[in-house]
Amino acid sequence: MQQPNKLTPFFENINFERDDNTMVINFGPQHPSAHGQLRLVLELEGEKVVKAYPDIGYLHRGVEKMAENMMYNEFLPTTDRLDYIASTANNYAYALAVEKLLGVEVPRRAQVIRTMLLELNRIISHLFFIATHALDVGAMSVFLYAFREREYAMDLMEEYCGARLTHSSIRIGGVPLDLPKDWISNLISFCDKVEYELEHTYNALLQENRIWKMRLEDVGVLSAEDAISWGCSGIMLRGSGVKYDIRKEEPYELYSELDFDIPVSDRGDSYGRYRLYMAEIEQSIKIIRQLIPMYKDTKPQLMAHAPEYISAPKEQIMTQNYSLMQHFVLVTQGMRPPVGEVYVPTESPKGELGFFIRSEGEPYAYRVKVRAPSFYHTGLLQEILVGTYIADVVTIIGSTNIVFGEVDR
Amino acid sequence: MRQYRPKDNVQKKAYHTDRFYQVPTQPRFEVQEGSHFDDVVKALGDLCKEAYVSLNQLVVYIDATTNKETLTLLRDECAYAQCSELSAIDYLAQDGEFEIFYQLLNLSNASRMRVKCRIKPEQAIESVVDVYKSANFAEREMYDMFGIYVNNHPYLKRILMPEDWQGHPLLKTYPLQGDEFASWYEVDKIFGKEYRDIIGPENRDPARIDRYDTKRFSRVGYEVPFGADISEGEKPNPIEYSETVLVDYNKSSKQLDEKR
Amino acid sequence: MAQHQVNYASTAGLPIALTSVDKLVNWGRSNSLWPLTYGLACCAIEMMASGASRYDFDRMGTIFRASPRQADVMILAGTLTKKHAEFARRLYDQMSEPKWVISMGSCANTGGMFNTYSIVQGVDRIVPVDIYLPGCAPRPETLQYALMMLQKKIRRESADMKKNQKQNLRLI
Repeated sequence: MQQPNKLTPFFENINFERDDNTMVINFGPQHPSAHGQLRLVLELEGEKVVKAYPDIGYLHRGVEKMAENMMYNEFLPTTDRLDYIASTANNYAYALAVEKLLGVEVPRRAQVIRTMLLELNRIISHLFFIATHALDVGAMSVFLYAFREREYAMDLMEEYCGARLTHSSIRIGGVPLDLPKDWISNLISFCDKVEYELEHTYNALLQENRIWKMRLEDVGVLSAEDAISWGCSGIMLRGSGVKYDIRKEEPYELYSELDFDIPVSDRGDSYGRYRLYMAEIEQSIKIIRQLIPMYKDTKPQLMAHAPEYISAPKEQIMTQNYSLMQHFVLVTQGMRPPVGEVYVPTESPKGELGFFIRSEGEPYAYRVKVRAPSFYHTGLLQEILVGTYIADVVTIIGSTNIVFGEVDR
Repeated sequence: MRQYRPKDNVQKKAYHTDRFYQVPTQPRFEVQEGSHFDDVVKALGDLCKEAYVSLNQLVVYIDATTNKETLTLLRDECAYAQCSELSAIDYLAQDGEFEIFYQLLNLSNASRMRVKCRIKPEQAIESVVDVYKSANFAEREMYDMFGIYVNNHPYLKRILMPEDWQGHPLLKTYPLQGDEFASWYEVDKIFGKEYRDIIGPENRDPARIDRYDTKRFSRVGYEVPFGADISEGEKPNPIEYSETVLVDYNKSSKQLDEKR
Repeated sequence: MAQHQVNYASTAGLPIALTSVDKLVNWGRSNSLWPLTYGLACCAIEMMASGASRYDFDRMGTIFRASPRQADVMILAGTLTKKHAEFARRLYDQMSEPKWVISMGSCANTGGMFNTYSIVQGVDRIVPVDIYLPGCAPRPETLQYALMMLQKKIRRESADMKKNQKQNLRLI
């Protein structure tokens, strides 16, 4: 039975003003493809899309306004929820921006741990991409296989920081926790497992699969000029032939010391991007293997030494009086960074994630703007969906790998 | 008297302000001769009012009416092919202006720069969608969040908030928890104004505990059955230990101290 | 590991000929609840993980259905914004009786950490909720436990939905 509410007028009262051949359908904010709350209004002529209009904002949580009312360290768990698939990447981007603003230097062990976590999150995010993309296109068993690998990775993250999904595993100035016992050996066995599965399961099932290739080749072709002009970054850009990776061009953390390749595809279509995701998982594993021997040569300092902005380690707080007082002031009042602004781009699994922070010397930021890669990739949909068949719409949305926590913030 | 809280900037403020604390400012460096940024500043010529380098990024101040011209020049001659970000900062309480910034990226030599300009609240800014397509969504967001109108934009409508929202959320005058319109928006939309009393106002206090509501709050230590009505007061529930024998002191053999 | 003994004799299990119609119907309803895929934000990822290989949701008889007409349970997983509230209510209305709602995660229960202008402070302002699930994001085992609680609740109810509504004091 229908309880009365103002939503009841259904199709009876709507007038259609136009009488041409195009059909307008609504790809509503709730749909079974796993990408979240995207509403696309598509005008179709037969089966081809004539005009596509993405409507976003169904997950707008006011994160930027929250940042203006929270202290810098307090805001860190909120950044987790932006790109909720690879949470550490957002935490890290924010922490890096604040560290550049403050001018503190992170100790070596924290850098090693952070880079390991970032690459692990990159693998988690790419596995999620392949799972949901395959599910949308129709290969449902790949979803189950990829989630199996992902569960191992989330076990690793849970052993480290206690949470499976929303990690907050990074603090401004370093990391809060050291690696637990046997974490590194678990990480090594995880890397071996993913390498094996990548070759024997995912590539075997999908790479030379005729149906997969027919669904993905020449679908969603993006030229290099369009990609650059629309603000694409990350794999969307490298899939169109532009060889730009922030880890190589503007290196942060330990990437300048590590040896890895940047795969680039010149096809510009969804198949090229899929191959790039797989190749990037291999590169991430290579990076993790290089980081593992670097860990034991580091001194056991985890947080930067900058008493004006960052609290002392717990042993000091519990025993030294001045450390306790400073910690109290920093937690209740908040740290006051210098007046100025900073924009720091990082390479998150989705693209270029950057935080623009403007501070006026108060403990609360004056303006925080999150440069989310998925926001610009969603804008790109207006142009890239025109002229495709409706069955390809789902493939293209999946291939752009958009996460609505980031798009709407 | 209660403290004066200015309404033109309702952002949270530090409760303790140190009279003698001088906040340091971020260091700004001069543009070095012969560097890439120097070429950019020379190419801009008169358009740039002030330029400095901070954290390896060039920051250039321009006049708001010349934004499209400047960006076209930067894209065509200095190869700043991508506009990474575009947004505004609200300085209405301090200066009475908005500061709009464009964050640009040069892919060939991986350098970034920021172009900033100031506008008054009644002014509109020219759209740069023809120069960088990424400005399409970014300018719509700027309009939605700040109320800054953008001329010649192909589709200037609200993007993150619903179409019929009133108010621009990121202005400093807009409270974090929303004004009156915001707090009843979903009730009005779905059920109508009559249901405001039935559903009740939003609960914005995360620590709110209702003492007499026995369905939603568990009363640890003072439990009552689910749904019991205790508005008259809780029934006294003394702790009875089965191990101790309850002594009736009137019948006790012990003589207690009497007041003399 | 929690031990959950499902006592079929008392909470309406096997369809032996002597059980009453209520118990039979409730057994059928509770053991094959089909959820509507209503993943909104991060909790959706945990919902997907609970349906995936390690924490298999299919062993409870659930199949995620996309269309509201075919679904029994609406698991609201994630943050509900005011822009979206209208659609959530519309989908709830489109579900056919009997229907239940599980609110998963702090954002759906009370608005969570997002105490801002555009978030509905608690999904129960819009739809009547049966089970609230705390966590941010709740583990997949928590979601499965909540579903089992819902199954217990269904077995307690009578098969006639009108009588249930009067007893539960559902909001609207």
